[in-house]
Amino acid sequence: MTKDHKPVVPGWFTTSGEDFSLLGTRCTACGTVFFPRQETFCSNPACAGTEFAEVPLSRRGTVWSYTNAGYRPPAPFVSDPDAEWQPFTIIAVRLEAEGLIVLGQGAPGVGVDDLKVGVEVEIVPGVLYENDEHVYTTWNVRPVEVKA
Amino acid sequence: MSTDREIVVLGAGMHPWGKWGRNFVEYGVKAAQDALKDAGLAWQDIQFVAGADTIRNGYPGFVAGATFAQALGWTGVRISSSYAACASGSHAIASARAQILAGLCDVALVVGADAAPKGFFAPVGGDRPDDPDWVRFHVLGATNPAYFGLYARRRIDLYGASVEDFARVKVKNARNGLANPNARYRKAFTMEDVAASPIVCDPLRLMDICATSDGAAAVVLCSKEFAARHTTSPVRISAVSTVTPTFPSALIELPDIATDSSVAVAPHDLSFRASLAHAAYQEAGIGPEDLSLAEVYDLSTALELDWIEDLGICARGEAEKLLRDGATEITGRIPVNASGGLGSFGEAVPAQAIAQVCELTWQLRGEAGERQVSGATVGITANQGLFGHGSSIIVTR
Ligand SMILES: [Zn+2]
Repeated sequence: MTKDHKPVVPGWFTTSGEDFSLLGTRCTACGTVFFPRQETFCSNPACAGTEFAEVPLSRRGTVWSYTNAGYRPPAPFVSDPDAEWQPFTIIAVRLEAEGLIVLGQGAPGVGVDDLKVGVEVEIVPGVLYENDEHVYTTWNVRPVEVKA
Repeated sequence: MSTDREIVVLGAGMHPWGKWGRNFVEYGVKAAQDALKDAGLAWQDIQFVAGADTIRNGYPGFVAGATFAQALGWTGVRISSSYAACASGSHAIASARAQILAGLCDVALVVGADAAPKGFFAPVGGDRPDDPDWVRFHVLGATNPAYFGLYARRRIDLYGASVEDFARVKVKNARNGLANPNARYRKAFTMEDVAASPIVCDPLRLMDICATSDGAAAVVLCSKEFAARHTTSPVRISAVSTVTPTFPSALIELPDIATDSSVAVAPHDLSFRASLAHAAYQEAGIGPEDLSLAEVYDLSTALELDWIEDLGICARGEAEKLLRDGATEITGRIPVNASGGLGSFGEAVPAQAIAQVCELTWQLRGEAGERQVSGATVGITANQGLFGHGSSIIVTR
């Protein structure tokens, strides 16, 4: 039996098709983009906007910085306490068109040695964890040049 | 350098940092009693108590002002309780200062104490996708050191810093901490010790990252008029900066998983950390060239280097050179973390910003013993916590 796929947080990224992207919102009054999505008030202090349109974020960006998790993070991070700990990378990606930096876990197999500040990366679908009923999906980041 | 908005630090006291396994109130009472003794005052003389809250010790921690007032013995004294993450102690100082400068009281006691859990700080329980602190742990596994790792990596890739530079900060601060009776770790470390410790968040190793500790710090603050009746050589607080970020905040900050967007508004010239110091300098009417020493929040070794630049002590990318040249040693041109810093203390959140002021007070009085910075007259503190909190305090004599 195949398990249901569920986004770790609904509405933060597309869940169908090949055009995977993060989903943010854009204030229709001032153009500021919000991720995570903001839908009732605008945090630009000079803007009274109250209407927001959903926007897909750029699929590619550049590495602003990167690190890894050498130790198992505490809950609410989900991991199997009996499995040997495998460090994952955390990558800060600069999205030029949106004028923001967003964090993501590196795709499986991406290590800190594969990264450098300024290199081009892409945002791709990934799996955060699974339990007996569901596979919880998320977004991952990987360098464009090591694409399989 | 004197302004009419100055107040005086009449007394300072601390409970040593460590893992003592006792109630945070005990630590706070000890620090408060030492500060009162140092000020030459009795508890009954205090007209206002500002408590810095701890969120890890139940209800008494949320109402720290009342908790310490009750512990010392109810006198009818007025109170406040402040929570501002790592800047909680500074917010408590700001609360007491406002009372004094408004003429509502002459003398106040500020206390912060914590009994901290072991390991990574983690968010409170429950499924809360609207809470960025929950999101970063659940969706990304991004602990506090992960953010420090991101900042440290920038220094390597942009400025040519090395992991040896980071280790040098640890070695320096550990050496300073050896001479501090209130420090938790009073042990010399070598570059090799740091290099042999495991990676926590690349490029940072366990010894690059500060631990969490129990501890307490307290200061007695008063008006200049009150001080004139009790001391002939007052140490003054000349600035308390607790400014928040300016939209759009362009640096990835704890606990957010993304920055503000700069599509509609260009980011401010100053980073948030730099703006904290800038506001302090403006208020005190001085600049970085006037500093004798700085106590900065070295949550990681690399972060001390960021702070040196945020304080305007040198240009971006030049802090490693200052460090390598020995300028930030106690004997150097601008000693940084003469106390031993967080590297020697471990973080006791609500006490830490107050402890920074204690250290500057002792340094400016010439009472810092083996870690004394020669001829110190002006000191600055700096710290930053989650959710747009931070502070910078300037102490002068
Ligand atoms: Zn807007």
